[in-house]
Amino acid sequence: MNNVFVYCEIEKTTVEEVSLELLTKGRKLADQLGVKLEAICIGTGIQGKVEKQVLPYGVDKLHIFDGEGLFPYTSKPHTSILVNLFKQEKPQICLMGATVIGRDLGPRVSSCMKSGLTADCTALKIGEYDDNKSGKHYDQLLYQIRPAFGGNIVATIVNPDHRPQMATVRSGVMKAEIKDPNYKGEVIIQDVAKFVPEVDFVVKVLDRHVEKAKNNLKGASIIISGGYGVGSRDDFNLLYEFAQEIHAEVGGSRAAVDAGFCDCDLQIGQTGVTVRPKVYIACGISGAIQHVAGMKESGIVISINTDPDAPINQLADYVIVGSVQEVLPKLIKYYKKNSK
Amino acid sequence: MSYKIVVLAKQVPDTRNVGKDAMTPEGTVNRAALPAIFNPEDLNALEQALRLKEQNPGSTVSILTMGPPRATEVIREGLYRGVDNGYLLTDRAFAGADTLATSYALSMAIRKIGGCDIIMSGRQAIDGDTAQVGPQVAEKLGVNQVTYTEEILSLKDGKITVKRHIDGGVETVEAPLPVLLTVNSTADPCRPRNAKLLMKYKRAMAPMEMPQDGTLAYADQYKKKPFLNVTQWSVADVDGELQQCGLAGSPTKVKAVQNIVFKAKESKSFTATDGDVEGLIQELLANHTIG
Repeated sequence: MNNVFVYCEIEKTTVEEVSLELLTKGRKLADQLGVKLEAICIGTGIQGKVEKQVLPYGVDKLHIFDGEGLFPYTSKPHTSILVNLFKQEKPQICLMGATVIGRDLGPRVSSCMKSGLTADCTALKIGEYDDNKSGKHYDQLLYQIRPAFGGNIVATIVNPDHRPQMATVRSGVMKAEIKDPNYKGEVIIQDVAKFVPEVDFVVKVLDRHVEKAKNNLKGASIIISGGYGVGSRDDFNLLYEFAQEIHAEVGGSRAAVDAGFCDCDLQIGQTGVTVRPKVYIACGISGAIQHVAGMKESGIVISINTDPDAPINQLADYVIVGSVQEVLPKLIKYYKKNSK
Repeated sequence: MSYKIVVLAKQVPDTRNVGKDAMTPEGTVNRAALPAIFNPEDLNALEQALRLKEQNPGSTVSILTMGPPRATEVIREGLYRGVDNGYLLTDRAFAGADTLATSYALSMAIRKIGGCDIIMSGRQAIDGDTAQVGPQVAEKLGVNQVTYTEEILSLKDGKITVKRHIDGGVETVEAPLPVLLTVNSTADPCRPRNAKLLMKYKRAMAPMEMPQDGTLAYADQYKKKPFLNVTQWSVADVDGELQQCGLAGSPTKVKAVQNIVFKAKESKSFTATDGDVEGLIQELLANHTIG
């Protein structure tokens, strides 16, 4: 009762990194609240394989639901498991990844439980809340902090009266840390049939494969774009590395495309895509007018260039004078150091 | 086989076009600088719905939106592109709704419409980016759901086959009707307005948009052409419980809001030294530019 629950996402028999990150965060929240951390693993053939992956993160109780039809994920069976388990266990907090699965499952569960859900949180804290309308005071609520309004505001959301307080968090936002490799937690093998009615298995996954996703430059809130100054196709990988850290999309200038540093579908500018991200990081881009035409509506512009007088610097809010090869590894290093 | 299709659409402030003037110097959102638009992914959903209608003669597409009277613009945009009719859910009691209260209102409206075979909506709206309302409507109606749809492959024998995006790949799923699909921006873009339909529906209005002082232009047309009258529903019209609508029906409360001010600044210059780069990263993290 009243514990912190984490829904673990499982690909075949491997627990996803985002779930381990949430277990780490969940452990901290549970310690602060003085309650237990419980984990839920749902899949096919996972028993005996997930325990060692999950328990070291400080899980006091692991609920395993192992049965046919539970992998690949479909909405209804996983929803039924969570809803029926929550009715029984009455958790105060439930965390899941803001992944395709978490964003499909979370709302369905919250709708059924009539509890609040906050998507894509970037921070979670425990704190108090005074409701001005009812005059009620609440201790130890979960602060769910997330950007909203296209990233122009950061809102702190609370669920004063409904349980569980549910939140999804994107992968990479929290940091996974093993608490104790030999942490002793209880493992409960649940009877799937008691939680999932047979009629739930209606949606069939016919085919499933990993394919290179189309880029999402138009919808990206952060874009890292490389120009001729990146130097080579190999060095372009630095952009991808930083992009992965800060959840950005990678683009390029005409010069980078012509030089073969990146593919032509990444081209930003007059003859490529026009983008309006919140943050645009120009790496080794001089700022030809044709390029600027495709990105001048960006919110904040950060320019990395060896030439302090590069035209792009006039648009930039931040200018780093230096080579891409030198600056990007440092940005990655200090982002990792300071962000978590 | 003909199908009854409902498209859920939302009018949103255009948060993608946030330029340097989108925030006031005081740090609040400058709404005047952000035009109200048809939520982009809802347009992708609309296109998929219209295609199903064309492929299955006799099918109908309705568009349902919740918002203030001016949100009827979304319904008109749908009519210009080929939807059959529209429903505007508008009531002060709906105001301040979070995703749960919104999905309650929408699900009650779909019940009032008399149910349907397929519900389509965009994956998420660009003002909230939650992606929650679709699945919540599906749950409230007890129908199947397929999120992150990229392409509809087939619709036959009461089953729909859909290619959907998953993390790092794609998946093909088959779901029996009734079903709710949320559609990604990577699906095909929506068709433009049709000139004939635009002429036909340009004066379509919901009752609350019409001036009540007798100054309504072309007043007689609304009697002669019933299709110009957009259906408008209140909480009571959809048999909704007030306790489950709007602010009262919203479990989540906003405790605090911090504005992130975007304005043209003097550009700050850094060197490539470790100290400078780390300082910059710390500043960018502190002001929520990244991370």
